[in-house]
Amino acid sequence: MYEHDVIVVGAGGAGLRAAIAAHEAGADVAMVTKLHPVRSHTGAAEGGINAALREGDDWELHAYDTMKGSDYLGDAPAIETLAKDAPEDTITLEHWGMPFSREDDGTVSQRPFGGLSFPRTTYAGAETGHHLLHVLYEQVVKRGIQVYDEWFVMNLAVSDEPDPNDRTCHGVVAYDVQSGKIDGFKARNGVIIATGGPGQAFDHTTNAVSCTGDGQAIAYRAGVPLEDMEFVQFHPTTLPSTGVLISEGVRGEGGILYNEKGERFMFEHGYANNDGELASRDVVSRAELTEVNEGRGVEDEYVHLDMRHLGAERILDRLENILHLAEDFEGVDGLVEPMPVKPGQHYEMGGIETDENGKTCIDGLYAAGECACVSVHGANRLGGNALPELVVFGKRAGYHAAGKDLGEAEIETGYTSDVEEETDVDLPVTPGEAGLDPNPEAVATDGSGQALDAEDALERAVETERARTERLIEKDDGVKHADIRAKLQEAMTQNVNVFREEQGLKKALKAIRECRELYQDVYVQDPSRTFNTDLQMTYETRNLIDVAETITLGALVRNEFRGAHWRLENQERDDENWLKHTLISWNAGKPSIWYRPVILEGEDKTYEPKVRSY
Amino acid sequence: MSTQEQQPEPETEPETEPETQESPADPEMSGLASPQQRRLQRKAANLAERERQAAEDESNLEEDTVHLKVFRFDPEVEDKQEPRFDDFHVPFERGMTVLDALIYARDEYDSSLTFRHSCRQAICGSDAFFVNGSQHLGCKTQISELEQPVRVEPLPHQEVVKDLVVDMEHFYEQMHAVEPYMQQEDLPEGELEEMRQSRENREKIKMSTRCIWCAACMSSCNIAAGDNQYLGPAAINKAYRFAMDEREDEEIKEHRLRIIEQEHGVWRCQTQFSCTEVCPKDIPLTEHIQELKREAVKKNLKFW
Repeated sequence: MYEHDVIVVGAGGAGLRAAIAAHEAGADVAMVTKLHPVRSHTGAAEGGINAALREGDDWELHAYDTMKGSDYLGDAPAIETLAKDAPEDTITLEHWGMPFSREDDGTVSQRPFGGLSFPRTTYAGAETGHHLLHVLYEQVVKRGIQVYDEWFVMNLAVSDEPDPNDRTCHGVVAYDVQSGKIDGFKARNGVIIATGGPGQAFDHTTNAVSCTGDGQAIAYRAGVPLEDMEFVQFHPTTLPSTGVLISEGVRGEGGILYNEKGERFMFEHGYANNDGELASRDVVSRAELTEVNEGRGVEDEYVHLDMRHLGAERILDRLENILHLAEDFEGVDGLVEPMPVKPGQHYEMGGIETDENGKTCIDGLYAAGECACVSVHGANRLGGNALPELVVFGKRAGYHAAGKDLGEAEIETGYTSDVEEETDVDLPVTPGEAGLDPNPEAVATDGSGQALDAEDALERAVETERARTERLIEKDDGVKHADIRAKLQEAMTQNVNVFREEQGLKKALKAIRECRELYQDVYVQDPSRTFNTDLQMTYETRNLIDVAETITLGALVRNEFRGAHWRLENQERDDENWLKHTLISWNAGKPSIWYRPVILEGEDKTYEPKVRSY
Repeated sequence: MSTQEQQPEPETEPETEPETQESPADPEMSGLASPQQRRLQRKAANLAERERQAAEDESNLEEDTVHLKVFRFDPEVEDKQEPRFDDFHVPFERGMTVLDALIYARDEYDSSLTFRHSCRQAICGSDAFFVNGSQHLGCKTQISELEQPVRVEPLPHQEVVKDLVVDMEHFYEQMHAVEPYMQQEDLPEGELEEMRQSRENREKIKMSTRCIWCAACMSSCNIAAGDNQYLGPAAINKAYRFAMDEREDEEIKEHRLRIIEQEHGVWRCQTQFSCTEVCPKDIPLTEHIQELKREAVKKNLKFW
């Protein structure tokens, strides 16, 4: 058993920043990550960090753009916190040595990005995330923060009160990938989940193979609601054959989208008469797919992104990485020909419900970064707003977990009996745990309703995972996780994509149910305890199933068109009925759906929902 | 998985065309000394040759399968304790990379086949392997450019944990040994005031900041193979990244030079360019090591 004040799960941008903050606040902090920190998917972020740094810009403008971009589903206290903290936190990165692109006077450069009223995206070439990740890891090395790398967190150790709001998180159970050892990590103060998104629920995604929604799934099963999961961002410019991301920076610098007929369709077909290619991501993704669906796509599959007119010098200066990606992964030279692009899953706006200090409804459990939903991004995240979210809310969660006073949060968390519940949804199958077994997945609960003390909770969680692992490895025959994962990805990509309709969503729920049933027969073929990725991926696949189900349930109940979520049956934003967050609680295997109103009241003003046009 | 995603695309352009113009137009290369240019020319020439070869092979490949010979070892599984090669025949798809082929082999044939991988786009640095006798990132290496059978082995000179997974601990220790973090304590006054850095200086360190810690360079280096304490190309490049960054004061630079001129530092390098050859990010590692040698000499002269 290991013991620290604060345990950070995941070592991408949010996790590293949280660990640094907790350390600064005097805590004994350790990171537990299934990868080595520098392998984390923050490194693939390209575009930049939005922060109001310059004359003519201010945090209120950043907050306004973000609220509008969110299609009025972001919570004002979260958005305003992001916009206010981002400048200082960005400059802190500079002080830590981040190699930002520079102006002639030596100050950091900023560029225009979609949905922004001011060019406030601070960047380091088209590889901002890589530099951010490495700079943060350097600071972790400098501080001597303990990193348990290649330890896969299997579950949380949480006490077992019936009401999740009364529960306490005491630590995590993790699996040392190199040795196969399963052990407990006790957290005296708190556990911070920073495990990134669930992109692998889809098969055409910019996300890494490691992005399997682990943190969301374990928090969900421990009783924390997942919020607004139906809002999945499909990035408009990914390479068709691999899903590799082509940064929005290309359009920010002036790149143009053309259909097969050579029409600049964003303008010529009226998708965004003012902002064109720099409209918000959801708008551009739908435009591209509409072009393809109406027969104007290249090869009936994609459109062209052309940056040749920017000139080699500017491209090499600001977008060089894009040339390499297009060459290596699509065989296209961006200097001499347009690049083929199509929408691909990119970002999960929803996630673990937290307040603006990163806290969940379970005492001692925090979340930050893509896995969390504060909510800053609402129905659609603006380009350049993910990286500031990592540093701003990673830092806050780290401080808070270490005991620093950040003031009372304005955002409420956790289910209470006075919330609006969804009672009228027609589900084709029962969601949730298949064949509810006597070993509940989530909490170390024995149903007695008695609070377990920290040691007992941890010990029991460790025993549960050891037994499960043993079962999986000892089982000689059955279904492979890879087959289940492939089935899940196909169902999600077919039915829970950019354009959604009721029948398709129901089909997806049925397929997810089938995946759950297949999973009851899953087995791990590799008998080894050494670096058993077969075992790890089997755990990950289970996490993906739970998270994919929440995405689909949310998409089915939300019968309106808002931000990234489009519904055939109701192609209008419905503010009268839907200015509210969708929350899904696991309830020990019997999910329920409920709602909480969006907070549009900011510090000094109320954001009035307006028609979102670009 | 990404392998299943690839749709048969009738035609765009021969996929082997891409990388030839890798650098001539690249201004960032033009400023560099000639060995780097020569190296890149050689790289381009080799590539052109491989492409001709590949174009010939490709028509056969299209309907064909890829023959992989993959190194297998597991210290605790009886029939894998003795290292061996397993053969996998994977259906070829246009654009297939070594990583795609490995993923297919694992998901379809043998779930115990073990290798690190994550981002699939050459930024996480997890999947450096020894492919047909040299270090490559699996995700960035097209099957169509390789001779068959494609032999995939773990990185040489590192202890094998299992199959293609090597122990990276030593590599990380060397990276940490150069104090890889900004040490400037004296920050500009005033709220939101950044340190200034000229465009030229940012350009100067740019290539060095692209390192993804894949350890291909370290694995290719004969010196590192013989001297386990040698810092190695990646760590020295990391030191370069800070030593050349004008945001750090001169005393810090001198401190950094003292670290890299120690017994197992820059002077061990015999400029064989193997690290530079295999770097998937085209970092001119040997150049950087040479430049640090010059800087170290200059510093020592100053104190005479």
